[in-house]
Amino acid sequence: MQHSIVKQAFIKTVPVMAGYVVLGAGFGILLRNAGYGVLWAFAMSLFIYAGSMQYVGVSLITGGASIFTTALTTVMVNARHLFYSISMVDRYKDAGKYKPYMIFGLTDETYSLLCDGKTPEGADPAYYRFLVSIFNQSYWVTGSVLGSLLGTVLPFSTEGIEFSMTALFIASFTGQWMSTGDHIPALTGLLSTLVCLVLFGPDRFLIPAMLLITLVLTLLRSRREEA
Amino acid sequence: MREAVLVAVMAVGTILLRFLPFIIFRKETPPYITYLGKVLPPAIIGMLVIYCLKDVKLTVRPYGIPELIAAVCVIGLQVFRRNSLLSILGGTIIYMVLVQAVF
Repeated sequence: MQHSIVKQAFIKTVPVMAGYVVLGAGFGILLRNAGYGVLWAFAMSLFIYAGSMQYVGVSLITGGASIFTTALTTVMVNARHLFYSISMVDRYKDAGKYKPYMIFGLTDETYSLLCDGKTPEGADPAYYRFLVSIFNQSYWVTGSVLGSLLGTVLPFSTEGIEFSMTALFIASFTGQWMSTGDHIPALTGLLSTLVCLVLFGPDRFLIPAMLLITLVLTLLRSRREEA
Repeated sequence: MREAVLVAVMAVGTILLRFLPFIIFRKETPPYITYLGKVLPPAIIGMLVIYCLKDVKLTVRPYGIPELIAAVCVIGLQVFRRNSLLSILGGTIIYMVLVQAVF
């Protein structure tokens, strides 16, 4: 039984594996080129474990950023994690000893694998979610270390492989769309973000988008709960 | 040394953001947060789809066509086969072929 939970969690995370190994490797290479070797790559992927933040982190470190700038940038780049956590408050409530790590490991990709709330029948949901979280981080750490060690010596072109992350989110959006007749939340997310992307541009639309999504869903609440 | 401090700041900052909602709502979950927990996930996934595609330039060659074709493949596979792994692998391979060999 335990064995089959591990297997099911592993299968669930396979789609993340390719993307994490490649993006992690990209980070490892970038960091290496900036003059920081494998231990730095390993430590950052282990302790920070936030993809886009680590990429930004490389330029913070090499650019001589202050502690204040670094802290502020971290909050701006990672504010969306507040969002993930808020929507998991109830679901992670009874996770016990697994809970701290599950919260620590709540990346975009782990979130998208777990946010539909489904877990295999008969499995301890907390243990299953813990395993999914830890498999994902292991790919990320492995990728960063490999990137740092092997650098750019790859036998084939990986150009375009970063699309696997986009594909993961599109697949999970489609799956979620088919599983319910209520498309208002999904459309709210899609359209609010699109509007903010047009208004604010690709570098600063994310926080306005999160605020707009929360505002729209909050305004819809009384109407939706009466219905 | 300075680098290690910056890495620590990034790590602690990220951890705080992830833990904060759990610390604030550790006792009773307010109904509003329960409501958000229900409606946010589909909205956030929608947001992430746009986030991933934010740098696609529709006015410059190849006009976002590889992304469009690959996205349609992912959606099609997901609708007709309902296998996420297949949808993601299929879409990614098609995208890689498109950007490397076609466009």
